[in-house]
Amino acid sequence: MTGGDRQVFNNRTINKNAAPLNGDRARIQGEDTRKVKAPDFAYERPESLDQVFDLLERHGDEARILAGGQSLLATLNMRLSSPGLLVDIGRVPGLAGVARAGQTIRIGAMTRHCDLAAAPPVQAHLPLLARAVPHIAHPAIRNRGTIGGSVALADPAAELPACCLAMGATMVLASRGGERRVAAADFFQGLFRTVLEPHELLAAIEVPVPPAGSVAGFDELARRHGDYAIVGLAAQGVPAGAGWQGLALAFFGADDRPVLATAAAAVLAEGGGIAAAQAALDRDLDPPGDLNGDPATKRHLARVLLGRVVGAMAEGR
Amino acid sequence: MDGASMDRVRDVTLWVNGERVSRRVAVRTHLVDFLRVELELTGSHLGCEQGVCGACTVRVDGVAVRGCLMLAVQADGARVETIEGLSDSGAIADLQAAFHARNALQCGYCTPGMLVSAAELLAANPAPTRDEIRAHISGNYCRCTGYHAIVDAIETTAAARRGEGGAA
Repeated sequence: MTGGDRQVFNNRTINKNAAPLNGDRARIQGEDTRKVKAPDFAYERPESLDQVFDLLERHGDEARILAGGQSLLATLNMRLSSPGLLVDIGRVPGLAGVARAGQTIRIGAMTRHCDLAAAPPVQAHLPLLARAVPHIAHPAIRNRGTIGGSVALADPAAELPACCLAMGATMVLASRGGERRVAAADFFQGLFRTVLEPHELLAAIEVPVPPAGSVAGFDELARRHGDYAIVGLAAQGVPAGAGWQGLALAFFGADDRPVLATAAAAVLAEGGGIAAAQAALDRDLDPPGDLNGDPATKRHLARVLLGRVVGAMAEGR
Repeated sequence: MDGASMDRVRDVTLWVNGERVSRRVAVRTHLVDFLRVELELTGSHLGCEQGVCGACTVRVDGVAVRGCLMLAVQADGARVETIEGLSDSGAIADLQAAFHARNALQCGYCTPGMLVSAAELLAANPAPTRDEIRAHISGNYCRCTGYHAIVDAIETTAAARRGEGGAA
């Protein structure tokens, strides 16, 4: 910036006045005289997993992990959540990145959505994730949001938990005592509930490399691009004649957690066709109504999605 | 300040539009309140404060982010660019001129965030289709101009940068 520009834009340069703005002292002490929106909380930024475990053990349920923050910050701003302590894991080394080891692809919990979709092992082997990521919110949110945050939050209408279910992923839960592994099907326990214990951190997600010939399908219905889905479907399987091998249909937005449609998948596996699978879907899904639609609407939309997604997969699209 | 409240504040140093800034911030302050209130950089706007409207979109370490979904403490050590810096540097002068020429703003509330998003799209994709432009700015709400003129402006800028008749 030139001196002349500085003159011209003087009213837009940073205020260098050392004196606190009116109200600053109150704000810093958490007694804001203006409208600070988030509730008061403490904040720690550990730089190692050991420090994370220290904080989790010391603060228990009071501590919330801050990963990408793209859901948590919104709930804080709206005062829908009031943790005593935020544990910002953004600078803990080793938590981000995607790497293949044998037949497993390990995705670090702090891998951001934008990096996930672009990661070579994802591009080469996990097309389901590459298809799903563009549906997550908007570019600026994908630049910050993380897979671990999405999975640990367990929003039933979120894309990545359903993808994990469809891919047969395993959650790696780290604590002072070491790691334990939980299948995606067992990890999600209900609305924003998982098996994560207060002293544990979701460290990574391990995804088996799909067998040769596997195809993926993903779609969702939302009122606006980037909104949470009314209903969505993440699917993966290997075409075999008129049927399928290892077909997994994971619906989201259709219950209090992502749901595997096993009856519909069994019909398709045996070559029963899409119409029969759509009929079988009533045995798999029992969607509660919400602001986006009543149960009958959601069942209808799920059938529509099944037809679109599986139809596209069968045609190799 | 007593010890009990020390975990409620934090000293941060960051670079805002190229200037080094050190401040003590309440940890619950999000980045845009910090920029607007503490630094008086009011070009970044606040609409919904839940990540939906995009009015607060700024650049942090080179990528567009929602300023309302990031705490100021999380930006400790980061390079932050706001519409003030992007304007002063001239980096998006052509895009701004196209917004002007195409009447792609009226009240201007969404414009700073819209420009940051559009600039990121054009940096990654020099020849976006109109559908790609619409998808990319789908997280930036405009409540007065409507999107058609905004898409026009972004498309015009992309074409001009490719050397294809920018005046349109």
